[in-house]
Amino acid sequence: MRHTISVLVENEFGVLSRISGLFSGRGFNIESLSVAETIDPETSRMTIVTRGNEQIIEQIKKQLNKLINVIKVVDHAMEQSVERELILVKVNAESEMRAEILRVVDIFRARVIDLTPKSYTIEMTGDEGKVTALVEMLRPMGIKEIARTGKIAMGRGAKGL
Amino acid sequence: MKKTGAQILLESLKLEGVDILFGYPGGAVLDIYNELFDFPIKHILVRHEQAAVHAADGYARATGRAGACLVTSGPGATNTVTGIATAYMDSIPVVIFSGQVPSALIGNDAFQEADIVGITRPCTKHNYLVKDVTQLARIIKEAFYIATTGRPGPVLVDIPKDILQAQADFHYPEKVKMRSYNPNYEGHHGQVAKAVKLIMKAEKPVVYAGGGVVLSNAAEELTEFSRLLNIPTTTTLMGLGGFPEDDDLALGMLGMHGTYRANMAVTHCDLLIAVGARFDDRVTGKLEHFAAGAKIIHIDIDPTSISKNVKVDVPIVGDVRDVLQKLIKSVAEEDIENFKKTLAPWNKEAAEWKATYPLAYKQKKGVIKPQYVVEKISELAGDDAIISTEVGQNQMWTAQYYKFKKPRTFLTSGGLGTMGYGFPAAIGAQAAYPDRLVIDIAGDGSIQMNIQELATVMQYRLPVKIAILNNHFLGMVRQWQELFYDKRYSSTCMQVQPDFVKLAEAYGAKGLRAKKHEDVEKVIKEAFATEGPVLMEFIVDQEEDVYPMVPAGKSISEMLLV
Ligand SMILES: Cc1ncc(C[n+]2csc(CCOP(=O)(O)OP(=O)(O)O)c2C)c(N)n1
Repeated sequence: MRHTISVLVENEFGVLSRISGLFSGRGFNIESLSVAETIDPETSRMTIVTRGNEQIIEQIKKQLNKLINVIKVVDHAMEQSVERELILVKVNAESEMRAEILRVVDIFRARVIDLTPKSYTIEMTGDEGKVTALVEMLRPMGIKEIARTGKIAMGRGAKGL
Repeated sequence: MKKTGAQILLESLKLEGVDILFGYPGGAVLDIYNELFDFPIKHILVRHEQAAVHAADGYARATGRAGACLVTSGPGATNTVTGIATAYMDSIPVVIFSGQVPSALIGNDAFQEADIVGITRPCTKHNYLVKDVTQLARIIKEAFYIATTGRPGPVLVDIPKDILQAQADFHYPEKVKMRSYNPNYEGHHGQVAKAVKLIMKAEKPVVYAGGGVVLSNAAEELTEFSRLLNIPTTTTLMGLGGFPEDDDLALGMLGMHGTYRANMAVTHCDLLIAVGARFDDRVTGKLEHFAAGAKIIHIDIDPTSISKNVKVDVPIVGDVRDVLQKLIKSVAEEDIENFKKTLAPWNKEAAEWKATYPLAYKQKKGVIKPQYVVEKISELAGDDAIISTEVGQNQMWTAQYYKFKKPRTFLTSGGLGTMGYGFPAAIGAQAAYPDRLVIDIAGDGSIQMNIQELATVMQYRLPVKIAILNNHFLGMVRQWQELFYDKRYSSTCMQVQPDFVKLAEAYGAKGLRAKKHEDVEKVIKEAFATEGPVLMEFIVDQEEDVYPMVPAGKSISEMLLV
């Protein structure tokens, strides 16, 4: 099963390689990983999307917790949560396609953030399904490039991590 | 008053109670060595950095305190890697200090630069690159704290040369404050209660005790617990010494070269009480058949050990000693007499297994059997002697035939299986206990991996005894070739060997050799009566095998017995 795990870490030198090294060294897989500082400059938050049976996910969480720089580990499969991803897509936009692309952009509530006579660069956030759907709609037009942030997630409700 | 980084390091070590530093100098650590010259910490100059870590590791295993070592950057640091990985696999508290090129040069492929923090990340419990001299004291405090608490392990501190020369005020922190590291020692009462229920319902329980018993100083509690309930008790290689081998309840070691009775008892038990053990593949054999009909209670300080290989029924996370104390208290309130009565048939069965296939070997006239040498050493060394081993047959025969009675008297590389470990580990133990008898039981292959340390024992008058069981083979590998590769002894015959007696003499040590069965006792006695280091060479039966043996991948009840 697929799990999204948030990891709060001390913002120390080498912490990212400790996490990624744990995954590669133990043969766990990472589908996506995103990292940035939190409101406290001494901590960073990582969101890791990984896959495995119950026992493996359990090991992943325990092993993460065991790392000295890890403060907290939350498995979003265990709670109600919201998940989002940001995507940038550069798509071919020759004159006859431009209107069609804009229609898609509109339907998806995406935005064009850069344009040339031959291309649009589109920005959109959404959950995974929506991001994938956008890519599928644009694929026939000829996608030149995409960049995705990987998922970030947060529990629903008033409580903080 | 300001102090340099080098001074801060040594002052901190003193405050940590470090009395011996095992090390080897070089350019990046010259400032530390300059301070060490007249500093009240004893430095033992080894002859290879791998030995510095093993010695610190042996010191830690024997004393229960963290071992410390010091090496230079680049090759000095990379030479420590095997020692660090060895300590990591067996959860031994060692703190390694390495010099590093000056901060400004890091990343430039400077002379003798190696990214030792990167290299050792997967084989240390934690490691540090010091970037600011004002942080040095705190980092050292944390390093010792992390190494010795929770599940212990090695911690490396990499210090660039400019940090050693820079100055700062020195305050050694009293306490460690880390929001991300707070090991839990207390076993959960609810889980303990559940465990007691399972125990009282059992009719065929077995205690399976690992290195955690030794590490948490719980040998006494374990012995009390097993005796209180009459539960047969087996130990892993790392657990040896955690339970007295001469006790009626002792099943000996289990696993690949475990005793018949230990493996049978685990196979047929209805409750397995795992105490500070981690279900290593050399112990379990084929997992599906390991204690297949049993409920499992697992006590361990490290949550990642629990349900990693085998699903357990009652996990108890906590310090083994604390949990055993709680268990003893709780079971005392139950009907112990009745419980023991229920166990009587099971105890009888265990006794029968012991009688059916006791550990045994066939004595041939005149020829020295390696097992006999170990038995004799065990008989003559006394309960306080500290035994280390190398890796291979020598290690397994020691585990099988040496009667360990006390914790911290057996030093062996269990997890990594590092040839070359035993001799430097013995040096570390001997440095900690100059008056105790310390013996490295070795193979002729392994001893050559760190034989250069003979110079170290001579220089510091460390009276370590070495007993080489010389079979002229890389014996354990040859045994596998014999059993599973049609006796094709590819590269396992040591066709050229030094004259070990002369080699010892070349270093100024005493060398003794036994070629016949009749000489064994005499040689051992003479060695033990000698004040300085002695190397004993026993010319043993060349193709003797270690039995019982569970072929890799088989279940542990499928033992080859001869
Ligand atoms: C550093 C290292 N290299 C290789 C091995 C693989 N190995 C395991 S046992 C063994 C043979 C050891 O031979 P020896 O020291 O003569 O001991 P014996 O088995 O004959 O008692 C070898 C090569 C190892 N454990 N460690």
